[in-house]
Amino acid sequence: MHSSLWLTALLVVPLLGASGAALGRSKQGLAYAIAVTSASVEMAIGVVIFFLYNSHVAGAQTFDFATRHVLSAPFGLAYDVALDGISLFMVELTAIVVLLALLGGRDKRREPAFVSWLLVLTSLTMGSFIAHDLLEFFIFFELTLVPCYFIIAGWGGKEKNKAALKFFIYTFSASAFLLIGILYLGFSHQHQTGGVLTFAYGVLASTSMTHSTAIWLFVAFAIAFAAKAPIWPLHTWSPLTYAEAPTAGSIELSALLAKLGSYGLLRFAVGLFPLAFADVRPVLLTLAVIGILYGSMLACVAKDLKRFVAYSSLAQMGFITLGVMSGSKIATVGAVLLMFNHGVITIGFFLIIGFIENRRGSYQVADLQGLQGPAPVLAGVFTVVMLASIGLPGLSGFVSEYLILIGTFAVHAWWAVVGAFGVVAAAVYLLWAYQRVFQGRAVGANASIPDASTKERWVLVPIVVLIVALGVFPRPVLDRITPSVQQLIQHVAPSGVTK
Amino acid sequence: MSAPIVVPSIHYLTILSVIILFGASLFLVFLTALLRTKVTQVWATAVTCGASLAVLVVTFFQWRCIDKAGASTTVAHAIVLDGFSVVATGVIAISLLMASLVAHDWAVREGVRGAEYQILALAASAGAVLMAQANDLIVIFLGLEIMSLGLYVLVAFDRHRKTSAEAALKYFLLGGFASAIFIYGAALVYGATGTTNLTTISYFLASNVLLHPGLLYAGGALLIVGFAFKVAAVPFHMWSPDVYEGAPTPVTGFMASIVKVGAFAAFVRVVISALGTQMETWRPILWVLIVLTTVVGASLALIQRNAKRILAYSSINHAGFILLGVWAGTVRGVAGTLFYVMTYAPTVVATFAVVTLVGGMGDENHSIDAYRGLARRQPWLGASMAVLLLSQLGAPLTTGFYAKYSVLAAAIDVGGSPLALIALLSAAIAAFFYLRWAMALYSDEPVDAVRVAVPRATGVVIGLGVAMTLVFGVWPGPIATLAQHATLLFNP
Repeated sequence: MHSSLWLTALLVVPLLGASGAALGRSKQGLAYAIAVTSASVEMAIGVVIFFLYNSHVAGAQTFDFATRHVLSAPFGLAYDVALDGISLFMVELTAIVVLLALLGGRDKRREPAFVSWLLVLTSLTMGSFIAHDLLEFFIFFELTLVPCYFIIAGWGGKEKNKAALKFFIYTFSASAFLLIGILYLGFSHQHQTGGVLTFAYGVLASTSMTHSTAIWLFVAFAIAFAAKAPIWPLHTWSPLTYAEAPTAGSIELSALLAKLGSYGLLRFAVGLFPLAFADVRPVLLTLAVIGILYGSMLACVAKDLKRFVAYSSLAQMGFITLGVMSGSKIATVGAVLLMFNHGVITIGFFLIIGFIENRRGSYQVADLQGLQGPAPVLAGVFTVVMLASIGLPGLSGFVSEYLILIGTFAVHAWWAVVGAFGVVAAAVYLLWAYQRVFQGRAVGANASIPDASTKERWVLVPIVVLIVALGVFPRPVLDRITPSVQQLIQHVAPSGVTK
Repeated sequence: MSAPIVVPSIHYLTILSVIILFGASLFLVFLTALLRTKVTQVWATAVTCGASLAVLVVTFFQWRCIDKAGASTTVAHAIVLDGFSVVATGVIAISLLMASLVAHDWAVREGVRGAEYQILALAASAGAVLMAQANDLIVIFLGLEIMSLGLYVLVAFDRHRKTSAEAALKYFLLGGFASAIFIYGAALVYGATGTTNLTTISYFLASNVLLHPGLLYAGGALLIVGFAFKVAAVPFHMWSPDVYEGAPTPVTGFMASIVKVGAFAAFVRVVISALGTQMETWRPILWVLIVLTTVVGASLALIQRNAKRILAYSSINHAGFILLGVWAGTVRGVAGTLFYVMTYAPTVVATFAVVTLVGGMGDENHSIDAYRGLARRQPWLGASMAVLLLSQLGAPLTTGFYAKYSVLAAAIDVGGSPLALIALLSAAIAAFFYLRWAMALYSDEPVDAVRVAVPRATGVVIGLGVAMTLVFGVWPGPIATLAQHATLLFNP
């Protein structure tokens, strides 16, 4: 067992960076430098944790770095953190996202405040992923809304106020179900044991409940996570919000916070209510497939690039949900991998869209044409990211989608068959978008846009490297994810372990 | 031949808080009458602050006394010394202290002279403390009347504005109506049980089966209606937006805090302690009351453009949440209610302190548009307001979250998940207007607004309110423990 201080550091470093950036607001550029430094430190800690992580700590069920301190007994409030193979990659993703968002999505309007909110958001997201206690998770999960709200409302586009409000109210309402569910679970457990009130994940997993209670609780949890992910039909906040948020905000929302939804679904809904799993599975699998097809269709007709990514994310989140709800080990591993891969791919998309927006002042498809002539590097990176998203063998997206589809096929063939159309549809909408934006003859403002600057190229390098590396050599990642997923599936759907 | 009047034994430490507050009030009255020149604001405020600090010291000794000797009653079992009353008293003292500082700066700004505000505020607080300590329906009524009479006059305090007088009249008429309903309910309960003492009522109900419970039901229902009026629960809330809007803003803040504390303390004692054996009878009534209060309170606030009216509806929404703890009727429910008012009172006083400042000379500038860009012009004031709004919204890391959490937990503990869910969804509706307000604070549209002057005392109050909100929001342990140990004298 490694020291939990590593995880605490993940929480504290961004907070220190945020306060440093807020204090250093008087000097031009100082806040940004502090923010980038703390994000780099965060990334370094993330790398260390990646190599330190040991999935075979005795009796810890693949959890490492664990600790628990009760903060307030009457409230059942505790600081409880732990990391397993699933949350490990969410932590890595968080560190990558903030660093690249800062480097590539620099927004010079009121910069100290902007980077401070971004770092606060990073700390809270880290907290959600390493929380090993339901109440603690909820607090982090709910708190992420506040910096998001201020980032969208403060630095967004024309309809920023509407977007920020819609986003907040939507997720806030949905998470009401989660809080009630968590409290209900905690009190059922307390009534059963007659002991103290606790929301510790491992302890609550052993709460015995009736079949119908399990279904109700699963549904309550699923509503909150589905709105966050988003899963069809609770996705209606996302296009407006993604479109109006500033580049860094869109990256945080779609690459990272969306994963809070799918992660929560896997860890808390599936993990805690195995009794309900078999019953709700068909429903959620169906919603996932609808999301895949619906998102793909809307992505085909999206009029601006940010909405385009929003809808394609809806489709990708559908794939993730398919894997999470399949009850097959292979598909679940694929889903966890896709959470990470989709995060990286989405950073790529939004960064390039942000670069284009900076140059052209617009991200409407109608305004853009033939960009590959004047900007071959941007077009090239877009192609790599796009092909990874389509699932071209050799790139990262292929491994995860392939695992999801074969795993799901083994247990729920029909859903996998229909879902597989999503792969074809992805090729259609992505290539079509590429054609409209990058191919053709560039005239007017489109003809004279500069290609990626040196700095921008350096920001895009890690994305391309990750996409290729994980496509060619996913072993180190899969080795870390698999034991934790196996543990979970054994508990939830024992028949799916071999599939 | 008349029977000699037996003076019941009196434990003076128990009633010392009331004596101090009332004594300070009388002291200021005499001072005003005897001195040739007017008592200056500074002296009057100093007396109030001194009195509230003295009460805080007294509560410390009372708490130690309870620790050693346990809860007790005095004055013929009419007044009770238990953890619950002591903590409630402390909260009232803090609210009084904060509100009097805000009122001081307000009075200086508006050129109000004389000590009348502080005299009435002290008297009203004495009434609120009496309500928190009462163990007898008659004493509760007494406290209620003392508190309300002080507030009626305070609401009418701004003689230059017609709305102030109008609000006072409305408050007076409806408040008098509510008092009448309450005392009628008390009479009916007396008829059913033969006593007005809460503990005795409870023993009576526990050891006797009422063959004709109609009288008790009617009495209990009327008591609940009386309280519902005071805490502005829907459908008995009609007075509250008008009164909140019409009253001078510092008075609104004072009223919003101490009435909630006093009335809910008595409410808890009557429903849980006295009528607790019949909890199943009252739950459906309270259930409907909570659903209406939370949902209607939050929804009606959406269409308001006046800051004070928004806060009036928001306080209705909060009242619904606090009622959840009463509905639960358990030890956890009592602790939850107490925790809620403990955290809500300073927050709301500080919020109204900001509103007082933004209101400006004449106390007129209360449109939500007055807050446009406030945080851009004055970052500290704007950020304070944003924190206070987020706390009322129930965002984690503020006390508002744990307040909601504590009452929701109490309700879910006794099987009230659907009710808790409805209440929490109403908080999502409420989030809409809190956020719209916060958004106005951070709006970057240029407006030609003047800087809001922040006098020192009010600044301290706002800082204190924000500090409590954040510190106990991160670390709720101490007050959670305090609320948990502050049990009722009697809990069936």
